[in-house]
Amino acid sequence: MRLELTINGVPRVFEVAPEALLIDVLREQAGCRSVKRGCEAGDCGACTVLVDGRPLASCLLLAGQVAGRSITTVEGLGTPERPHPLMTALVEAGAVQCGFCIPGVILSAKALLDENPNPTAADVRQALDGHLCRCTGYVKQIEAVLNAAARLRAGKEGAR
Amino acid sequence: MSGRREFKVVGRSEPKIDALGMAAGRAAYTDDIELPGMLHAKFLWSPHAHARIVRIDASKARALPGVACVLTHEDVPRNIHTTAGQGYPEPSPYDTRMLDAKVRYVGDRVAAVAAETRAIAEQAVRLIEVEYEVLPAVLDLGEAMRPGAPVIHDEPDCKAVIPVPYEPQRNLAGHVDMQIGDPERAFAAAPVQVEVTCETHYGQHTPIEPHVTICWLDADNRLVIRTSTQVPFHVRRIVAQSCGIPVRRIRVIKPRIGGGFGAKQEVLEDLVAMLALRTGRPVKHEYTRPEEFVSSRTRHPARGRVRLGLAQDGSPQAIDLEVLVNTGAYGSHALTVACNCGSKTLPLYPCPNVGFRADSVYTNLPVGGAYRGYGATQAAFPMEVAMDVAAEKLGMDPVELRRKIHIREGQGSAVFRALGEGKSGVEQKIGSCKLDECLTRGAEAIGWKEKRGRDRHIDKRLKRGVGMCALMQGSSIPEIDMGAASLKLNDDGSFNLLVGATDLGTGSDTVLAQIAAETLDVPLDHVIVYSSDTDLTPFDVGAYASSTTYLSGEAVRKAAAIVREQILAVAAGMLGLPPGDAAKLRTADRAVHAPDGRSVTYAQVALHALYDADQHQIGTIASHITHASPPPFAAHFAEVEVDTETGFCRVVKYVAAVDCGTAINPKLAEGQTEGAVVNGIGYALTEELLFDQHGRCRNPNFGHYKILSTRDLPELVTILVPSYEPTGPYGAKSVSEISINGPLPAISNAIYDAVGVRLFRSPFTPERILRALKESGRT
Repeated sequence: MRLELTINGVPRVFEVAPEALLIDVLREQAGCRSVKRGCEAGDCGACTVLVDGRPLASCLLLAGQVAGRSITTVEGLGTPERPHPLMTALVEAGAVQCGFCIPGVILSAKALLDENPNPTAADVRQALDGHLCRCTGYVKQIEAVLNAAARLRAGKEGAR
Repeated sequence: MSGRREFKVVGRSEPKIDALGMAAGRAAYTDDIELPGMLHAKFLWSPHAHARIVRIDASKARALPGVACVLTHEDVPRNIHTTAGQGYPEPSPYDTRMLDAKVRYVGDRVAAVAAETRAIAEQAVRLIEVEYEVLPAVLDLGEAMRPGAPVIHDEPDCKAVIPVPYEPQRNLAGHVDMQIGDPERAFAAAPVQVEVTCETHYGQHTPIEPHVTICWLDADNRLVIRTSTQVPFHVRRIVAQSCGIPVRRIRVIKPRIGGGFGAKQEVLEDLVAMLALRTGRPVKHEYTRPEEFVSSRTRHPARGRVRLGLAQDGSPQAIDLEVLVNTGAYGSHALTVACNCGSKTLPLYPCPNVGFRADSVYTNLPVGGAYRGYGATQAAFPMEVAMDVAAEKLGMDPVELRRKIHIREGQGSAVFRALGEGKSGVEQKIGSCKLDECLTRGAEAIGWKEKRGRDRHIDKRLKRGVGMCALMQGSSIPEIDMGAASLKLNDDGSFNLLVGATDLGTGSDTVLAQIAAETLDVPLDHVIVYSSDTDLTPFDVGAYASSTTYLSGEAVRKAAAIVREQILAVAAGMLGLPPGDAAKLRTADRAVHAPDGRSVTYAQVALHALYDADQHQIGTIASHITHASPPPFAAHFAEVEVDTETGFCRVVKYVAAVDCGTAINPKLAEGQTEGAVVNGIGYALTEELLFDQHGRCRNPNFGHYKILSTRDLPELVTILVPSYEPTGPYGAKSVSEISINGPLPAISNAIYDAVGVRLFRSPFTPERILRALKESGRT
C-alpha cells in the first residue's frame, strides 16, 4: 500500500505492506537509523518517535496507523554540527554511555519541554520513565534534561 | 609516588568523544548498515530442558520460497569449543558445538535459517520438524551432583583444555579450592563465630541493544563479522575454531555497541558466520528480547556459605567460604566465576587461616556467562552480611569493624598468590587503598550515626533502616591479559590511536584518548581513536575483568611516550641540536620547545618526517601486561523503607564511595558507578528470571523482568575518593564492575536494621520480606 508520511518536516511517500511496523519503515525505508530496536514490545522506549509531537513507541504502531501524520526523529532535531540543546546537555552531563537509548530519551524530553518548559526533577523522571537505560543509572540524564530546559528558557528570554 | 604531576587532560570530565554522534542518531551500531542482498537469520530453539534429537527434517523449510539456507546439526562441523570469550587456552571447558544432536536447556540452539526476509525466516523455522527423546532434567542447583542425577554432558569429547578439575559425568563443570593456614583449628579456638548462607538468582544483563551480528564475504572471499561484541579478537579465534576455517580468513569489526555488561563477552557469532559461508551472501541475525533473556547469557546463580572466626576485638582468626555455582547447560566462565568468588572477596580482610572451595555445576537451565561483578557479586553478599552479623555479635559498629580489619596499603594477601583464574594467582602488595576514607565519607553522606540502629517508624507500617558493606574488585587479570595500542603522527600534528580495547559504551575510547593526549601534550581532539577491528588494530583481550583503563590504558601511555621520544628526536635535528640533546627539549601545546626559546610544531615535525629528510612514519605499537591486579575499593551505604504490611522495600538513598585510583575522566567514572549501583539495586529487589517445572523461562521480557526506571530511583550519591595507584596509567585502576556488588549486602543489612529480619535469598521481593517477617513473628 501507498503511505504518505511527513518525516522531519519532509513529505515522503513509501510503498509498504499493510502489516509493516512504523519502526521498520523508518529504519529501513526512510533511513532513520536513530530509531532503535530494543524489545519490540513497547517496554524499552528505544524506538520512540514523535507523532505530531507526542512520544510513541514505533515498534507498536503499524505504519498505516500514522498515515499522513508528522513524524519526528532525532535526525530532525539536530546534527553534530548544529546539535539540539538536549543533545548538547546530555553529552556535557556525561549522560551518554552506550547511547542506544539516547535518541528516544531526547524525543520524550523534547515532548516534555515543549509542553512544560520549566519542569521539576519529578516531571523529568515521569517523562523518561518509559526509557530503559542500563548504563547510566539515569542520574546524569535527569540532570541533563533539567540543564537543557534552563538553557532553552534562557535562549527564549534572550530572543525576546 | 612516581609519575605524579599536574595533569592537563587526565582527571578532567571531557565529553565522551563519540557521544554527540550517538545523540544525533548517526548510524554507528551493528544493525545500522544495510548490505545489498542481505539475508535474515532466525534460529529454532529447544522447547525441552534436556532431550536428544532423534530425527530432524528441514525439507519443508528448505522448500519454502525465499529460504536460502537451513542448518541443522547434520549440516555443520562438530568442532567442540567454548563460547566464553576468554584468552587462549580458555579456562572454560570445551563442551559446545555449533549445533548438536542433544539439547540441554529450553532455549538451546536446534537449527538456523537464512531467508530473504525475517518473516520468511520465522515461517521456515516453524516448518522444521524435530522428534525429540525427552530426557530427565536437572533443574535444581542442589540436585546436579546428587548420585544418579542425569548427566548433561555425556558426550565423550567434552574436555578441559587447561589442567583443572573437570568431571562432566558428575555434572561438575569447574572446581577450585585453596587453604591458607589451618582454618578448622582456628575456628575451634575463635571466641566469636558466625555462619551465613546466601543464595543468588538468575539475572540477565539486558543491554538495550540485543546481540546483533552481520556476516558477509568480502571481495577476497574473507569472512567479515560486524558484531556487537566485547571481545573481537576472541570472536575471530573462536569462530575460526567452530567453523573450521583459518583465523586469517576472518575479519571482526566492532562498531559502536549498545551496552554489554559481560553478555557480549560470549562468542555466539559462529552460526551466523556459517550461514554466510554457506550462502555466500550477507546474513544478519538479531536476538529478540525474549531470546536475549534466555539464549544469550545470564548471571550464574550461586549459593555461598561464609564462616567467620573472630577474636573479641573483631580481628579475623579464620575465614571460610564455600560456594556452589550454577553454570547452566554449558560451562561458560564456570570455573573463573567460581575462582573470583574467593579472589575478589577474601583478600579484603587479611586473615592467617582461610579456606575456600567452590564447585560449578551443570544444570538444564540457561547458561551463565560473564556479568559485571563476575563472582564478586555472588560472594560479597554472604561475606558482607556475615560481617554485619559479626559486628552485632561483637557489639561493634559495622563501619568500625570493617575499618579495623580491612587490608591496607603495603599489605599483601596469601589469597592473591593462591587464587588466579584457572591457575594460581600473582603475589601483590596493595599499592593504593583509600577504603578508610570511603567508609568515613560514605557514612557521613548517608547519615550513619544518626540513623543506624534507631527505631525509625515513618508511621506504624513503614520502617526505615540503614546498612552498609565494603567491597573490592580487581583491575585486569595479571600475567594473563594483554592489551596493545598503535599510535601514529599525522601531517597536521594529530594522532591516530588504534586500540584493540573495546569500547562497548563505557567511554573507554575517550579515557584512552585522554591518556594519549596527556602523554603527548595535545588537546583531546588531536587524538583520533579507532577501536577494535582485527584487521587494523593491534590485539587486546577485550573489554572484561575491569581491565581497559588500567591495562590498555598503560599500553596507550607507553605508545604515546615512545612516539613523543620519536618526535623529540626529529625536532632535535630540525633545531640543529645533537641527538643527545633531545632530552633538553620539552613538549607543550602541540609543539617541541628548545631551551633557547625556539620551537617547532608537531605538524612541522610530521611534515619534516614525511616529506623532508630521513623520511619515515613517526609511530609505534606498544603492548602491556600487568603483574598486579590492584583492587579498587568501595564502601556502600543503603537506606531503605520497608512496608511491614506489604513487604515492599524501597531504597530511599544510596551512597557509593569508591576508590578507583585516579579517575581519568571523573564524570565517566561516576557514570560507571551510578549505572552499576542501579543495576545492582534492580538485581537485589526486582529482577529475577523465573522458570516453570519444565525449565521454561516464565518472564523473558521487560514487562515481567523489572529493571529499574527513572521513577524507581533512590537519591543516589557517588563519591570518588582519589588515590594513586603506582602501577596504573597516571595512577588509575578500575571502576566499572565493583559497584554492582554492593546493593545485595547493603540492602539486606539495611532491611535488618529496619525490621530485624535478615534476607539471605535474593531478590528481596515483597513476598520474601513478608515471609521473613511472618516467620520471625514481627508483623
